[in-house]
Amino acid sequence: MSGSRMKLELTRVVQGRSRLGVLKGLGKTGQHSLEVPGCLLYTHLGTVPHLTQDTLHTLSPLPCVTQVNLSNIAEHRDVLEEFKDGFRKFAGLHDTVLYCSLHDPAAPCPTGYTTNKTVSVWGSGGRIELTVAKFMALQKTVQADWYQSMADGETWQNTTSRKRVRKSVDRTLAHLDECLLVHQSSQELKGVEVFGVVEGGDILEERIRSARETAKRPVAGFCLDGLQTGSVDQALRIQLTSAVIKELPEYKPRLMQGVGRPDEVLDCVDAGVDLFEGFFPFQVTERGCALSFNFDISPDPERAVLDLNEEDPAGGTQENGDVNLEDQTQMTHFEINLKDTRYQDDFRPLVNGCGCYCCRNHKRAYLHHLLVTNELLAGVLLMIHNTAHYHSFFGALREALANDKLDLLTRRVLGGRSKQKE
Amino acid sequence: MAATIECGTDTNTLVSNMSVKKAVEATSALTLRILAECPVTKARACDLILPHSSVSTPVFMPVGTQGTLKGITVDQLEGLGCHICLGNTYHLGMRPGPDLIEKANGLHGFMNWKRNLLTDSGGFQMVSLVELSEVTEEGVKFRSPYDGKEILLSPEKSISIQNSLGSDIMMQLDDVVSSTVTGPRVEEAMHRSIRWLDRCISANKNPDKQNLFAIIQGGLNADLRKACLDEMTQRNVPGFAIGGLSGGEEKDDFWRMVTLSTDHLPREKPRYLMGVGYAVDLVVCVALGCDMFDCVFPTRTARFGSALVPWGSLQVKHKQYAKDFQPIDSDCQCPTCKRHSRAYLHALFKSDTAAMHHITIHNISYQLTLMNSVRQSIVEGRFPQFIQTFMKRMFPSRDQYPSWAVDALASVNVTLE
Repeated sequence: MSGSRMKLELTRVVQGRSRLGVLKGLGKTGQHSLEVPGCLLYTHLGTVPHLTQDTLHTLSPLPCVTQVNLSNIAEHRDVLEEFKDGFRKFAGLHDTVLYCSLHDPAAPCPTGYTTNKTVSVWGSGGRIELTVAKFMALQKTVQADWYQSMADGETWQNTTSRKRVRKSVDRTLAHLDECLLVHQSSQELKGVEVFGVVEGGDILEERIRSARETAKRPVAGFCLDGLQTGSVDQALRIQLTSAVIKELPEYKPRLMQGVGRPDEVLDCVDAGVDLFEGFFPFQVTERGCALSFNFDISPDPERAVLDLNEEDPAGGTQENGDVNLEDQTQMTHFEINLKDTRYQDDFRPLVNGCGCYCCRNHKRAYLHHLLVTNELLAGVLLMIHNTAHYHSFFGALREALANDKLDLLTRRVLGGRSKQKE
Repeated sequence: MAATIECGTDTNTLVSNMSVKKAVEATSALTLRILAECPVTKARACDLILPHSSVSTPVFMPVGTQGTLKGITVDQLEGLGCHICLGNTYHLGMRPGPDLIEKANGLHGFMNWKRNLLTDSGGFQMVSLVELSEVTEEGVKFRSPYDGKEILLSPEKSISIQNSLGSDIMMQLDDVVSSTVTGPRVEEAMHRSIRWLDRCISANKNPDKQNLFAIIQGGLNADLRKACLDEMTQRNVPGFAIGGLSGGEEKDDFWRMVTLSTDHLPREKPRYLMGVGYAVDLVVCVALGCDMFDCVFPTRTARFGSALVPWGSLQVKHKQYAKDFQPIDSDCQCPTCKRHSRAYLHALFKSDTAAMHHITIHNISYQLTLMNSVRQSIVEGRFPQFIQTFMKRMFPSRDQYPSWAVDALASVNVTLE
């Protein structure tokens, strides 16, 4: 995109694949930057779930890019049109870069409603059908700093036919071209960045075709769609991702949609992905769990003793981390289930050494009580901790890349706590 | 334990004539400093000094039933200027139970609240959960809704739990009868409450750290109330609550019992009117001589999207606010109003629970600010004028003023314009 301010400055590329760097020139004034690999700040209509400003700003630093999605926003279009000054101001957002995706990565939507000319999103009042014209009209009222182009990604069920996958690639390219046409002739969208969306389901040839074609368009970066957690198994995801990335320019960022589990993130980073949607902490919060996985790879032996982070998580986890394809809400071994009675009189913080508001002020026993009594504060405190923990993980990830320790980090994160009695 | 009384250096000649500083006990868990008394009404502005911090009265105390204030962190609550909030003995006694809370350094430690806590005895649940309870001289038998087990809540047990909770103010276990009940049950309950008060006083293990308040009962019967007042004021307690009201009774009866009670309660001890929280009720009952109030209404109604404002309330979820880009109240200084519009909150209710938290914060701020303004006006000797302005703002016209409020205020020399 001529005149695009978004620039990816790479400081390291490891084994020709994983990258460390900074995405610069973000925002209307181009003043913001985001370290990569990095994740976005996940929101519902601009609000980090459960949090108000006071609670949100106990988190520091916050990722500088806030994600909103059209599933939440579309039904408010006429309100935004009357407001005129864009979504950021409407929501009273802090100084942040605004990224607008199509769907909510934590809320998979029903399939079967996509047509050649339309995609659908689901608001609180039901289905809203979007043509490119409507999609672009929305983008003009939202006035995000960057958005993903309209895309047909309904290929994640393993019953999707080859024909259907091909259609999704064709449609998505057609939508992209139409979006760009409108974009380039819109005064309101001057300076706003567009990401192209790579589709192709689980079919290698289609993935490559989609990547090649999308890369020809003047986009600032690429979203990888249809590979979300539960849609394909990890090995296939990596195979497809690697193939896609070979077709994409090195100097433009790659955002993987719908992937948030730490192990999957690590694999994607290893394959060359730069950005992730930060919805995983929210999912963990909603099941009453706290992220507790270890990402500390400092060599201090005393630290290793402190990290004797006790037991395996209570109940319901699978041994090798296979995800139930149907159910993203299932607990992982990266978290502890605070509803378990073992935490009833556990007066330790959620995670030893975590500096978040929750861990500085409260104990597991209190969180357990809040969850058992269905108190709203549980969501607030867990969201704070889970967000802090997750974003710290990304910090550790970047540091590991800087010091060539990605393998060690991966082993530590995957190791499971029982193995940490080293 | 008697309360320590201090008389402020104000212009009230009666007070300066008295000039008595009675320090009855070396370690008193409660000191009431009367800063100002309204020369027209029965209102007072005081500093209530409790073990954890000083509380300015009149005060509204938000209710955090289960050791949390519905989605608000303790930092946020502190930031709103709250110095005292409530926990509930019945609920916390069930879950997580007194032993665990004791292990956690009391309710303060458990919820990490550094300021004051008041715990209710569990008595009110007798009325609100009446299907599950049976009252005898021994105590109240509850059937736990969680595991069906039968629990006896006696005065001793209630105080024991409250001792474990470590609240700054504890309430006696009273025999609570719905204010709509009449007949001999009311008298029985009143007498029993006196006997239970004595048992509670005996059972209190921490009189030098925890203040036990008596609760005046007697229903809507003036004679019974008076009898209860006569008896209970003979007990050496640091404060009194006016109980058995704020149920479904007629407001005309309600205010008469309130003013009767304050007429016969000692000046030097705080008066806590339980379960009152509507703005009009607060202002009127301050005029009738009450210092402390609690109510779930502001926080509960917030979760339904109802925002409290000086002219009533605003149903944020209602369609008419979808495109209203003003804050809830443009004069309000709370975090919600400083950053968000009605339109955004309206939209947010469809997407995230945080919408409720925004309104909860606003409503608590509204209540605390209201009480601050009331207090300030008493201190500055202009409380009657405050009442006039308040009522004018709250009601579109004079003929919409609730007649009970008009009567109640008239009884303390305020004729509403």
